Amino acid sequence: MEFIEIQDCTKVYKNGVTALSDVNLSIKKGDFVFVIGHTASGKSTLIKLLYREEKPTKGKVFVGGVDVAKLRNSKVYKLRRKVGIVFQDFKLLPKLTVYENVAYPLASYGMKTSEIRPLVLAALEQVGLKDKTRSFPDQLSGGEQQRVCIARAIVNKPRLLICDEPTGNLDPETSKEIMDLINRINKELGTTVVMATHAKDIVNRMKKRVIVMKEGLIEGDHLKGGYKVNESV
Amino acid sequence: MRVFRIIGRSITSSFKSIFRNFSLSMASITCTVITLLLVSIGILLSYNINNITKDIENELTIVILMDKEVTEEEIKETEDIIKNIDNIDTVVFNSKDEIKDHLASQSDTYLKIVESWGEDENPLQDSFVVTVENIKDINETATTLRNLDYVDVVRYGETMVNKLINTFDGIKNGTIVLVVALILVTTFLIGNTIKITIHARKNEIDIMRLVGTSNTVVKMPFIIEGFLLGAIGSILPILITILGYSYLYDHMDSVGMSNILNVIRLAPPNTIVYHTSLILFVSGSVIGMFGSVRAVRRYLTI
Repeated sequence: MEFIEIQDCTKVYKNGVTALSDVNLSIKKGDFVFVIGHTASGKSTLIKLLYREEKPTKGKVFVGGVDVAKLRNSKVYKLRRKVGIVFQDFKLLPKLTVYENVAYPLASYGMKTSEIRPLVLAALEQVGLKDKTRSFPDQLSGGEQQRVCIARAIVNKPRLLICDEPTGNLDPETSKEIMDLINRINKELGTTVVMATHAKDIVNRMKKRVIVMKEGLIEGDHLKGGYKVNESV
Repeated sequence: MRVFRIIGRSITSSFKSIFRNFSLSMASITCTVITLLLVSIGILLSYNINNITKDIENELTIVILMDKEVTEEEIKETEDIIKNIDNIDTVVFNSKDEIKDHLASQSDTYLKIVESWGEDENPLQDSFVVTVENIKDINETATTLRNLDYVDVVRYGETMVNKLINTFDGIKNGTIVLVVALILVTTFLIGNTIKITIHARKNEIDIMRLVGTSNTVVKMPFIIEGFLLGAIGSILPILITILGYSYLYDHMDSVGMSNILNVIRLAPPNTIVYHTSLILFVSGSVIGMFGSVRAVRRYLTI
């Protein structure tokens, strides 16, 4: 079984919208995978299945050999500790400093302060924000906030990094920097990366595996792909 | 160790969050202060009303007038019988000679009347004054007494007593309803205010869940915060209760109110004030805690 296995997954929302129908997908450990598609193509739902923000109506979702779909609400945290998530809207705690934001997950696991500090500083170093530890999120630019979010996602050295449109709110130049950063994390730390995105030029430039979603189905799966002309996404 | 670290961090973060969400914290605390003050007033009011009714009840007596030609042995016998009747609390015997002396000492008019009687002449009757344990059964007790040998008349102001009993019952039930209602209102108000403060932090809770914080750890700072808000909110009502009630008690005494209206007097503040304070503290902090937990639980979904 591969690191991520999605088997016959169907997701029907309460309002009757079918977001995914019978999706099968497997992703190898250490891969970098783009998930692209129109709005409402199901790519966001697919991503959310991986960290159990959504449960499939039918089918199985294995992450690291565990069926995530079967996890009870109160046990979800066990999955989230092995998975780093980067959000489009950063989701930083506004009243905590950069350092506290990155340290937050570790502190909430009950780790010792002396153990937390080197991990947080290493993560902040990785994203190039070591000199901003005392700033609050609203004192940072969008790109910097996204770096904090990435630092928080990788601070626990997760095996999987899930990115939900990480550059959606950023200008092209900053987007490029963020993508380079995530690419480096993938290469240097061997973290598996699954990224939903709209950014055409990035996908075309990076030549990674690309999964194309359309109307809840996987329409294309290209190993070194990019946007094709006929997939005018 | 891990558990202690988590608890320690929760306490720190709950203190921080009280200050960082200062206006919402103040809203919760103010609401707690106001409602707990009402609860305090309710408790003290009902306690005092109960106290006053008890005083009045204790002062109610039954007077038993004995037959005129009753002998000393017969009186002794009757006294023993009375003492063994259920519901009798105290029994005091007044002989007709004692009453005669007492009467003579009361005023000149009475003295003249008494002197007009001959040396061995005494139209008065020997009597018992008894008090009952439970005022509700006073009618039955009076009937029992009336049926005793050598008893002439039994008097206790039947109609007045019956009215009093009904009124007291009404007042007691009323105050209980009042206090219960106030506590319910408090629960509702404090719970709601905390719900609002937590709703404002739904995002925060979502983020905690997304970065892998377990539900217990998400809840803990909120529980502590609820406890702290409730506890802080109970301080002012407790101070007002202790100081205000003592002041009122002293003041009413010095003004001489208690002399004018001998029955309507405040209960001494020593124990009741501390009991009330304890109730205020416990209900404030417990309601704060549970209000918090309930509100957070609703947002543990993502």
